[in-house]
Amino acid sequence: MGDEAVERVWILVTPERCSGCRLCEVVCSLEHEGIVWPEASRIRVFEMLPGINVPHTCVQCPDYPCVGACKFGALSVDEKTGAVLVDEEKCTECGACVLACPGSVPRIPAGKGSVVICDLCGGSPKCVEVCHEAGHDALKLVKGDYRSVFRTFAKDPLEKSYDVAKKVFGEEFLG
Amino acid sequence: MRGYAGKLLDVDLTREKVREVELDEEILRKFYGGRGLGTYILWKELGEKWEKVDPLGEENLLLILTGPLTGYYPGMKTAVVSKSPESNGIVGSVLSSEVGLELKASGYDGIIIRGKAKNPVYLFVHNDTVEIRDADKYWGMGGVELHKTLLKEVHEEIKKKEKLKGTPKEPSMMYIGRAGENQVRYAAIMTKLMHAAGYGGYGAVMGSKNLKAILVKGSKSLPEVHDREKMKSLLREFWKELFSMTTFREWGTGAGGYSVGHDRSSEPIRNWQEEYHDDERISVVNFENKAWIKKYWADYGCPVNCMKISYLRYGPYKGSITDAPDYELMAYMGTNLGIFEPEKIVYLSYLVDELGLDGINAGNVLGFAAELYQRGILTEEDIGFKLEWGDEKAFAKLLHLIAERKGIGEILAEGTYRAALKISEMKGVDATKYAVHVKGIGVGAHGVRSELDYTRDISYAVSVQGGDHTSTAALPAKSYEGETVNAFYDSAVLCMFVTKPGFERILEFGNAVTGFELTPEKWFNETGMRIIHLQRILLLLGGPDVYWDPRKDDDNPPRFYEPLPSGPVKGKAPSMEDIKVKVKQYYEEIGYDENGIPKEEVLEELGLGEAKREVRRIKKRLSL
Repeated sequence: MGDEAVERVWILVTPERCSGCRLCEVVCSLEHEGIVWPEASRIRVFEMLPGINVPHTCVQCPDYPCVGACKFGALSVDEKTGAVLVDEEKCTECGACVLACPGSVPRIPAGKGSVVICDLCGGSPKCVEVCHEAGHDALKLVKGDYRSVFRTFAKDPLEKSYDVAKKVFGEEFLG
Repeated sequence: MRGYAGKLLDVDLTREKVREVELDEEILRKFYGGRGLGTYILWKELGEKWEKVDPLGEENLLLILTGPLTGYYPGMKTAVVSKSPESNGIVGSVLSSEVGLELKASGYDGIIIRGKAKNPVYLFVHNDTVEIRDADKYWGMGGVELHKTLLKEVHEEIKKKEKLKGTPKEPSMMYIGRAGENQVRYAAIMTKLMHAAGYGGYGAVMGSKNLKAILVKGSKSLPEVHDREKMKSLLREFWKELFSMTTFREWGTGAGGYSVGHDRSSEPIRNWQEEYHDDERISVVNFENKAWIKKYWADYGCPVNCMKISYLRYGPYKGSITDAPDYELMAYMGTNLGIFEPEKIVYLSYLVDELGLDGINAGNVLGFAAELYQRGILTEEDIGFKLEWGDEKAFAKLLHLIAERKGIGEILAEGTYRAALKISEMKGVDATKYAVHVKGIGVGAHGVRSELDYTRDISYAVSVQGGDHTSTAALPAKSYEGETVNAFYDSAVLCMFVTKPGFERILEFGNAVTGFELTPEKWFNETGMRIIHLQRILLLLGGPDVYWDPRKDDDNPPRFYEPLPSGPVKGKAPSMEDIKVKVKQYYEEIGYDENGIPKEEVLEELGLGEAKREVRRIKKRLSL
């Protein structure tokens, strides 16, 4: 299992910078599935309220609750990057990892046959690249040994969305 | 079949039945998707009795359609097609909405909605689950409330349902506001608070069917494409080009608020009595500084980010939320009403969004009413209050009356053209000369008089979508400036602000998706022509309340022949004679006869022989 002290790359998400263009999703599904498939993207941008665009992806918890929950040995940790790797053959779509995740991150899209979780593209995530090319930098690749802090970023996407919305629109608007 | 799901949902609200309809590849090759496919479906089902079909009656069909490029090409839209309660023909009304993406991810290319629900309902599509559900408690709501209730509730429901599959992204939602519920003829179908399928008046059609909203969530892959590698490499190339579109990226179309008036003398001011201004208050920088809370906003796959969000945190209009507003609403909720202050324009734009009105046609109607007030044709007694230029409070009051169809609002809810006929009759004066519309559709905020804008001479006069500034005609008819290219974008269903890579390369992208071998020549001469001719036929059939005669209606509104009263091109106006010559030349080039009616032999060539029966009915009505 991952060592908290090891320096890891990590995708830092800044929702305020996100335009909702979802090119990260396009790139991710093209890269991993060869086709456009929004719900199979390992990063998904929620928009519960218009303009409140919240990118949502795996934060590589140092204790990997999802990996621990898998009874079929379908999930493992990439030693080099710390990313969660999915063995699609072994995954039974049981949903144990989904329930174990503190951030509601893993997704089993219809017709896929397995769970999908961010693999950090082996260390240079394509979503981060395209977000930079697109001029947003809502996703940034950072390095550091703050994995305990990163873990706290694992939050339900709806909870995150309403927090950001409250900040932007104010309580009155949300009612 | 590549790029298409290959089937449509067919929802009968009267019988509460849902079924799937297979799409024939031959038809997709002939009509492509979106506006083209919708035109074909409407003609096939209703063509024989078109004149008798009330756009707001149970018989009309409301089509929500994707195109083959939806979800693949950068920058997506969703098309709404139906018999228009404004023009009584067909308007391919295309809006920023991810409903199309979710439909494709659910396995459908679109939805045919027929009949009329007994009580208010909403439609829910979640992959293979399709349900017509009670919407009583949402009736009366605007976009803000619907996002906080309906969208949230449905999302929570599918989240629960997919508990073991992970949290799905929220569904996409299309909905109507009060104006749609009350069938105001220029009610819009809305998404995300501030995007509208405006032209066409399809919010009224949705309201006439008692359909409050459509929510769609799909989690499947988009349909397989013909050439994955080619599509991917073109996508990369196009992104690069589109990332560099600075003006749209930084300001959206908002720079137009000042520049279209100041530089081009083609902005509607006080119901088009002028088109030039030098009022810097309406410059985009003031909107940015005073109101924008989000500067770069986009829908799925868009590299341009032309959308901006305005949200007022202070002042009397605190809480108003809308987009930039874009140029069209800066003009129609601003200059056309004699209003130049950003906060007031944001407020009125927010109001039309919440009421669910097409801001262009609503602004056209308000300007028309205010000019009648200025001229003493409509009085304080008729309206219930004073309607002075620049008085945003009065215009706001009038918008509410229109959305509720109360008082003078009952007449104005019928749109500029129909209201002009009614008021002329009531007052015994000719009010139609102040109606700035073409074939029932209020002209977009780009005038033709200065010839400094992309719209000129016959742009609107011979368009199959009338005053729609996103589907304008030009000479030569079969050119990149012509209407067939607009028909392509609306049929592929993509945004006209992502077309920088050019028509030819977009077709190449389309071919990589569909496997068709479409060329510009083929589009200009066959596919696009088929769509234009069919739209033209249905427009000229019209009915049952309004009919067009090309001999008098293929023309500019009277106002456009009045010389521009101010600005650097003061005095300029087209000559009626010149327009007549150009209209005839257009007929010739596009394949209409000397009276503007599609030629039977051209229809044969296009494989539309069956439509000759419609042409004969048009000729009979016009005694030709």
